[in-house]
Parts: sequence; structure tokens; C-alpha cells
Amino acid sequence: MTSVAATHEDHHDHHHAPTGWRRWLYSTNHKDIGTLYLWFSFAMFLVGGLMAMVIRVELMYPGMQVVAPDFFNQMTTVHGLVMIFGGVMPAFVGLANWMVPLMIGAPDMALPRMNNWSFWILPFAFAILLFSVLMSAFGPGNPPAPNFGWTFYAPLSTEYGPASTDFFVLSVHMMGISSIMGAINVIVTVFNLRAPGMTLMKMPLFVWTWLITAFLLIAVMPVLAGAVTMVLTDRHFGTAFFDAAGGGDPVLFQHIFWFFGHPEVYIMILPSFGIISSIVPTFARKPLFGYSSMVYATASIALLSFLVWAHHMFTVGMPLAGMLFFMYMTVLISVPTGVKVFNWIATMWRGAITFELPMKWALAFIILFTIGGLSGLMLAMTPLDFQYHDTYFVVAHFHYVLVPGAIFGIFAAVYYWLPKWSGVMYDKFWGEVHFWSSLVFVNLLFFPMHFVGLAGMPRRYADYALQFSDYNWWISIGGFGFGLSQLALLYVVLKCASKKGEAAPDKPWDGAEGLEWTVPSPAPFHTFEKPPLVK
Amino acid sequence: MSERTEEYYVPEGSPWPLVASVGLFLIAVGGTNFIQQSTAFGETLGNEGNWGHWVLAAGAVWMIVTLFYWWRDTIRESLGGLHSDQMDISYRQGMLWFIFSEVMFFAAFFGALFYVRWLVVPWLGGAGSNAMTHELLWPSFQAMWPLTETPSGETTQAMGAWGLPALNTAILLVSSITLTIAHHALLENDRKRLIIFQGITILLGLVFLFFQIEEYIHAYQDMGLTLDAGIYGSLFFMLTGFHGLHVTLGTVMLIVMFLRVLKGHFSPDNNFGWEAAAWYWHFVDVVWLFLFVVVYWL
Repeated sequence: MTSVAATHEDHHDHHHAPTGWRRWLYSTNHKDIGTLYLWFSFAMFLVGGLMAMVIRVELMYPGMQVVAPDFFNQMTTVHGLVMIFGGVMPAFVGLANWMVPLMIGAPDMALPRMNNWSFWILPFAFAILLFSVLMSAFGPGNPPAPNFGWTFYAPLSTEYGPASTDFFVLSVHMMGISSIMGAINVIVTVFNLRAPGMTLMKMPLFVWTWLITAFLLIAVMPVLAGAVTMVLTDRHFGTAFFDAAGGGDPVLFQHIFWFFGHPEVYIMILPSFGIISSIVPTFARKPLFGYSSMVYATASIALLSFLVWAHHMFTVGMPLAGMLFFMYMTVLISVPTGVKVFNWIATMWRGAITFELPMKWALAFIILFTIGGLSGLMLAMTPLDFQYHDTYFVVAHFHYVLVPGAIFGIFAAVYYWLPKWSGVMYDKFWGEVHFWSSLVFVNLLFFPMHFVGLAGMPRRYADYALQFSDYNWWISIGGFGFGLSQLALLYVVLKCASKKGEAAPDKPWDGAEGLEWTVPSPAPFHTFEKPPLVK
Repeated sequence: MSERTEEYYVPEGSPWPLVASVGLFLIAVGGTNFIQQSTAFGETLGNEGNWGHWVLAAGAVWMIVTLFYWWRDTIRESLGGLHSDQMDISYRQGMLWFIFSEVMFFAAFFGALFYVRWLVVPWLGGAGSNAMTHELLWPSFQAMWPLTETPSGETTQAMGAWGLPALNTAILLVSSITLTIAHHALLENDRKRLIIFQGITILLGLVFLFFQIEEYIHAYQDMGLTLDAGIYGSLFFMLTGFHGLHVTLGTVMLIVMFLRVLKGHFSPDNNFGWEAAAWYWHFVDVVWLFLFVVVYWL
């Protein structure tokens, strides 16, 4: 493992931390920009969560209750977009901003002004997207927000897309620009700013997983840009990409979209893999089992992710050879993923485990993400997918990998590094409340979805057949409970941000390793201005 | 020319990223409204204003001015010796990854081309297990490429490869050679040769764009080959159009670098901006070669 030559650099006097609004608006500091990203992501998490609450209120009872079907569709659409592009991805970029330079001994991100640009594009992009929701809810004539699902399949988004579709297209372009610049920054930082002695195979797994994630982002966000561009030109300039009458094909849209979309789902999980790989060794007090196999597994998952996209499309019609290929490739991904889960468990094997909150989240991640992985394996089987496709089983599957997967990973990271960020320990009581209530409610929310899905309840409908009533009532209770639980996190974070709580030592976890624990808590404005020597 | 520091330079706070985000916002809002207000499909959406183009233009100007000031700051820092060798590497790696992202953007459209050509059009013509699709939807449709008659019966002519396009290929290839000569001149500090050959490269770029516009006029006026003439026209104009936009951007970059050469900004060991523009130029050249082969020729 990495051992660190102590190189405590005192502050240089010429680098004062800027104050006031300029500090945040003009920032070139990776920690401040990381904080901006994390707060933005939290805000979007709450906004997207409110939309989920609307969905669950409507589905609590059969029949139409509170919203019109078209508004329900807008809620499912924008909930997905906000959570993916506004919640999970910016949270990861925020974590990368904070932690990657600290973990590799870099003075900052490689391109600090571009870093700030990647962040500040996001509020404007989401202002455009969310304005369409506000107009739909409160504007004159209630013009609909995007209502075609977050996957915006043609022709729902081309022929039939409302006027807001075009604004959605441009806001996705902006999100893409932001993501690509953020990813370039991470890659360049990792390749060029590592401290002397920090060889690639000594990097913490979080840095490795983010490096690979950044590669995926640069590879597929432009493809998404291509897809939305084709939607725009099909709508307004008479192109025929997704129009069979002109020689195009609506299925072409799905191919292009999922060529982006499947690597995208790994973009939303690989950084969490890295977080768990940091936390489990700390609290098991053992080095990570199989470090190099973790690196190779992550890289394999990333490469395979380019060869599995059409498993989202088994039911749309494609040649048998295509279905077989995509089924086998998808099943193959379970091998490197299995390696990772095995390694986490092997790391804990005979370890001196303690169960501080980051470890609790990590354990919940390992178990619940694996449930999502296993249902993914079921969905990968082409013939079985014909039953599961577009049912709540799919909803259950991807929410298990995204909520107790990606988002629990983010929560684990927040509890793990909050002492370093804020200089105070988190509030243990409310942290425990947050964990246990989230754990119970997230399962109440998503587990029954498997059953209603298998029984045939389709996704993206505002109503359902009567036999699904009981389950849906419980699912809604789970949803409300999970939503409310997040207020505990808000309290915990606000308390830390206002520096209330027990002071945190430089290394609050006795089993932790890595450069980030060699700097004071809270981490000073500038760190590693002179690179540390890593042995 | 300039001394370099050892420390990695982390710039002080800068307003330009935020200001540039406002520029993008104006472009997005203005552009969307402009499109809705000026196209036929837009009329059905009920956007009846007539102001989108002003916001779009304001956003474009805003963006250009912002980038001018942003890069002015960066150039001053570079000439002031604040950039270390390590920082130079950051810029270079950043540019290469940016070009990779551009490659993937084109890949989406090339992918669409291959999918349409090898699968969609044959399927619409009844290939594989699609005999009934063909029979029920457009029984008179003939699968062919280039698709000069769409299933719904629109006709167009296909753009041949061996007139203007072949000439344009030669122009771009020669421009890559002249740029490489200029590059060697830069590295050998031969200002005169640098200025002459970079000037030639820029002229070749402009000639390429001129011919491209000629070709578009010919396509629209004489051939019935338009953006809305079915999937062949869509792919033809979107691929060559985005390529043309990139040539335009590359030419602008080369012109800016030409002005910076005249001001004496570059030296054999401090020339990131110049080399980035050159890389970009070679990238658009390579994209054109693919375009020439799969869009015009085969």
C-alpha cells in the first residue's frame, strides 16, 4: 500500500483564500468547486425527489388522483433527467473535485478555470429544463414539459414532442459540454498531476474508477449530443434520421441513444465502486483484497459497456444473431462485477471490522447493489426480457443499482469525507437515523416493484389494474419515507457545514490510508502546493 | 523566450467561466426560440414571437468576446512565464481529449450512416425476414444506396465523388502538408517560412470552404439534393455540414494563431496554442478522408 513521507507544508502567505461572492462565482479552487457541485447535486436530488413524490402520490391508489396523465409522464421524464444529469453525475464530479487532487497529491485540478466553467454551465442548463416544468405546472395554458421518458425515444420526441422538447435538446447539449469538460479535467489531472512516486498502480481505487469513468464520459457524451441533434433536425429541418418514410428508422434512435446510455449507467456506478473500495479496507483494517484485479475489472466493465447497448432493445426487433451477441456480452459483464463484489467481501474476511456510518452505507451498498446486479442478469436473458421489458421489474432493477447502489455510494463518501471537508464529525444520531430509515424505506420502496413487475404492471403509466393496489400502497409509503429520510442528511450536512460538532482529527478513521488524511481537517484552501513524495 | 516556473500555476479567481456560461445560456435560449420561430414545424408549436435570432446573435457575440478576454488572460500568463512545463502538458492532453470527444461526435453520425445503409434500407426493401414489412408499407420501394428515391417517393440525385469533392480532398491533403511545413518552420524558428506556409494553409482552408458552398448551391439548385430529401440528404448534409463547421472553426483558429505568430507569441518550446490549432486541422482533415470514402465515393 501507499506510504507517505510526511510533507506538511505550511501555508504560503501569498495565497489568501478569496472571500465573499467572488470566492464561489469566480472560483478556481478544486475544493470550492467540489463543494458547489455537491450542493448543486443535493438541490437537484431534492427537486428530482419531489417529482418522485408526485409519482408515488398518484400511484398510491388505483385510478386517477392528483395529476393528469400527461403531467404524470412529465414527472417520470424529468425525474429521470434531473436525477441522472443533475443528481448523480454532478455528485460524482463534486467528489472527484474534492478528492482526486487530495488523493494523488496534486495542488488542484489540472485546468482550474475550465473546472469552474464545467460547474457553472449546470445551473443554467437545469434552469432551462426546470423552467419547462414550472411552465407546465403554473404557466399560462400549461404547455407540457418533456413527457416522452428520459430516454426520449423517437418518434415521441420528434413527431410528437411538445415545444419544450427543443429546450430540452439544448439543455442536454449544455449538460454534455459540462460533463465532457469535467471529464477532461479529471483525466488530465490524473495523468499529469500525480505526486512523485504515485504510480498508476498505487492510485487509490476511487481515482482509478474516476479515470475510467472520465474516459467513458468523453467517449459517449458526444454521442448523446449527436442523438439530440438528430432529434432537433428531424423536428425542424426535415431530416429523416428517425423517419422510415424518408429511409430512416426510429430504431436507429434507440441504437444511438443506448450506445450512449449503457456506458452512462457505468458512469453512474464506477465512482461508487471506487468509494466502496476506499471505505471497506478502512473499516475492515485490512488492505484491499486484489487491488490490481479491481483495476482490471473496472477497465473490463468499461470496455464491455460499449458492446451491450442493444440489451435495452430486445423487444423492438433485431436479428437473432444480434440478440445472442448482446445477451452473451451482457452476461459477460457479470464476471468483472462479480470479481469486485468478491474482493470487497474478501477484504472484510477476518478483518477487525467496525461499523461506523460510512461502513454501514458501504455494506448496504454491497448487498443491495448485488440485488440490482442479479436482477440485471435476469433482464440480460433475451427470452426472459420479453416478459420483463417495460414493466416495474425494470424499474426495480435500475433503481436498486442507482439508489442503494450509486446514491448509497455517494452517501458513504459524504459520511467518510465530511470530517475532512468540514473539520467536524457528523452528528452521529441523525446520521444513524438517516441510515436506518433510508435502508428500511428504500427496500419497502423498490423491492415490491419486482413482484408487481413480474405480474405484469407496466412502467410509465399513471394508473394500474386493481390487483396491484396493495403493493403500490406500500411502495408509496416506502417512497415517502425514503424522501423524508433525506431531510436527516440535509440536517447532518448543514450542521457540519456550520462547523457545529466535535472537532475532527486529521485522520478520523484509524484504519484509513492515503494522502487525503495527511492534510489537516478541514482541508486548507490550498494543499500539496509542493507535491508530497509517495514511497 | 519566456522563463518558466517550476510550480504548477493555479490561477486566481476569474469571472470568465461564469460569464461564458451566461453566453451559452443565451445561445441555447435564443437558438431554440429562433428555430421554433423560423421553421415550419415550429409554427405548430405555437411559438409566435420573432426575437430568438436577436438573443442568439447576442449570445454568440457575448461568447466570442468572453473567449477573447479569457484567452487574453491565459496568453498573458503564458508570456509572463507563469506556465510550467507540466502545465503545458496539461493543456496538450486536454486538447487531445477534446479532439477525441469530437471524434465521438462524428462517430454518432457515421454510425447512423452505416446502420441506415447496411440495415435500414435493405430491410425496408424486404431483406432478411422483412418481406412483409416491405409488402405492407411501401411495396414499390427499391433498396439502393445512395438512396435516391425514398420509401415515400421523394427523389433526388446522388453527389458524385470525382468532381469538386475530389478536388476538395486534394486541397485539404495539401493544406495538411503546408501546415506541417509551417510547423517545422516554427520549431526551427524560421519565421518567414512559418508565415508563408501558414498563410497558404489558411488560404487553402478558405478555398475548401468556398468550394463546399458551391457544392451545396449546386446540390440545392440543380440536383434536388436537400436536407429534407430523405435519409441520404440528411446524412450527406449533416456529415459534410458538421465537417464544414469544423473546418470553419479550424480556419478561425489558424487565423488567430497567424495573428499571434505576427505578434511573436510563439517560440520553438512555447507553442501550445499553435500546435493545438494544428492538431485540430489534422483532425478535420482525417474526418474528411473518411467522409470522402463513405459519403461520396463508396
